[in-house]
Amino acid sequence: MTAEVTRPVVLLRYLAWLREKTGIGEERLVLPVEITTVAELLSWQVSRGHPFDQAFQKSEAIRVALDRVHAKPGSPIGGAREIAFFPPVTGG
Amino acid sequence: MSVRVGPSDFDVSSEMVQLTAGDTGIGGVAIFVGKVRDRVGEEPLLTMTLEHYPGMTETELERIEAEARDRFKLSASLIIHRVGELKPGDNIVLVIACAAHRGDAFAAAEFLMDYLKTRAPFWKKEVLANGVARWVEARESDEAAASAWQKAR
Repeated sequence: MTAEVTRPVVLLRYLAWLREKTGIGEERLVLPVEITTVAELLSWQVSRGHPFDQAFQKSEAIRVALDRVHAKPGSPIGGAREIAFFPPVTGG
Repeated sequence: MSVRVGPSDFDVSSEMVQLTAGDTGIGGVAIFVGKVRDRVGEEPLLTMTLEHYPGMTETELERIEAEARDRFKLSASLIIHRVGELKPGDNIVLVIACAAHRGDAFAAAEFLMDYLKTRAPFWKKEVLANGVARWVEARESDEAAASAWQKAR
C-alpha cells in the first residue's frame, strides 16, 4: 500500500479573452499535488508553455472562481471540481 | 426577488407592473436601465457582444440580490441582464428596487448596479466602425464605487 495523494479530475474553464488566448473553452485534468492555492495555480498555468504561458502572462489581471464562487490569490483550492479563469468583469 | 439572464429584450413597464402587483405596501420604485452607447470616445460602435459564465452568473446575481435585501428594506427586486450581440441603443441591463420609502429603493438600485458591475461574470466585447474588435477593460471607478459600500457599512 502506498500513501499516494490522489486528486480528482477538475474542470478548468476559460472565459472572454482567456478563452481566445488559450484557444479552448474548457479542459479536464488532474492538477499537480503541489498546487494548493489560487496564486500557485496561476503560476502553474504560465509554466505549462504555449498557449498558456502567454495567456497567463499578466496573472494580476486574471480572476479565478472555485466552484463558481470568486476566489482570491491566497484562497486554498481544496476540493474544488470546477475552476474558472477570466478577466475582471465588465457587465452592466 | 428574481434574476434573469438571456438574449431577450425586456419591457420596463410590464416588468415593473408585474413586480409590484399585489403589494400595496410599496411606496417607491427605483428603476435603472443600462444601454449600449453608440460610440467609444470618438469612434462609432457597431456591436457590443456580452459573454457570461453560465452556471455562475445567475448564482452570483442571486448572492448580490441577497446582500441588497440584507442591507436595505426591500419589498421586491429584479435584475435582468442580456447576453449575446447587441447594437447601439439596445438595452443591456434592468434593475428594479421596490421599497416602502424612496431612500431604500434608490440606494438598493445603486448598490445592485455597483456590485453587479464588479462581481457578476459578464464581459463585453466591442466592434468599432474602424474595424477594431476589443474586450472592454474594467474601470477602476467601478471598483471604487463597489468598495465604497463596504466602507459605508
